[in-house]
Amino acid sequence: MIELNLLLIFIIIAAIVAIEVKDLLSAVVAVGVSGFGLCITFLTLKAPDLAITQLVVEILCLIILIRATIRLDLPFSTSGRWFVNTFITLVFVAVFFYCGYKALNSLPQFGNPIMKVSQFYLTEGTLEKIHATNLVSAINLNFRAYDALGEATALFAAAIGVMALMRRKGKKTPGEKESDG
Amino acid sequence: MLTYLLCLVLFCVGLYAILRKRNIIKIIIGVVICEYAVNLFLIVFGYRANGRSPIYSQDQKIIDMVDPLPQACAMTSIVMGLAITALLVAIAIRIYEKYSTFDITKIRKLKG
Repeated sequence: MIELNLLLIFIIIAAIVAIEVKDLLSAVVAVGVSGFGLCITFLTLKAPDLAITQLVVEILCLIILIRATIRLDLPFSTSGRWFVNTFITLVFVAVFFYCGYKALNSLPQFGNPIMKVSQFYLTEGTLEKIHATNLVSAINLNFRAYDALGEATALFAAAIGVMALMRRKGKKTPGEKESDG
Repeated sequence: MLTYLLCLVLFCVGLYAILRKRNIIKIIIGVVICEYAVNLFLIVFGYRANGRSPIYSQDQKIIDMVDPLPQACAMTSIVMGLAITALLVAIAIRIYEKYSTFDITKIRKLKG
């Protein structure tokens, strides 16, 4: 799996460029590069449904971020306690990385998934009842339909939040009373 | 093992951006990178060596394909990530309209 590791290193380099470059529009484009690399990685990992979803979501995410940064680009100062902040952050990230590295040792080896729940889903005679050939959508829409319902609920809640935040105040007509607003 | 470590490194890059950067857009980019790392870790965890895609066919056995359950969960997670990004960007745009800056150290007034 040498190509998988090369793709992951490419994504990491794109992410480092995205957070270190000065120009905000360049940073948004670099995070788009990282997302499309992730899409190719999903294809390499035999997950075509996820690759399609990631492609669509990545394009929408890029449009939203460009809307936020276009015409608002401004240089930001790096004054203040630069050294202390960087030191504290690096220490925290190093401790997090060490703990994560210790925790990764208890996982199964790469390439040997457990598949306990998936075996239950697939071998209990349920596949003949579903008549679906794509197992990802079968699991997502049959066994875990409440997950999809909760996802739709949260999505609409986020849409209402965006609408409430981005709403313009309506202009009053000249004859309207002030107390109506 | 090296693949798991690279996912952890990607998550740490996003965590550094969230904790250290002072620009709100850079913090949002850090959140997006963390989300990529978590989705990638889920898919890597369910990968079977020399497996095939989780699509059913007559002459294939279940035992030689990748785990479809993390893929179904990660698909929900990806769509939720888009909603989170949209909400964060909306808040950032309102902050810019109110304070004319993206620098989080300049945003001090809580009302007014």
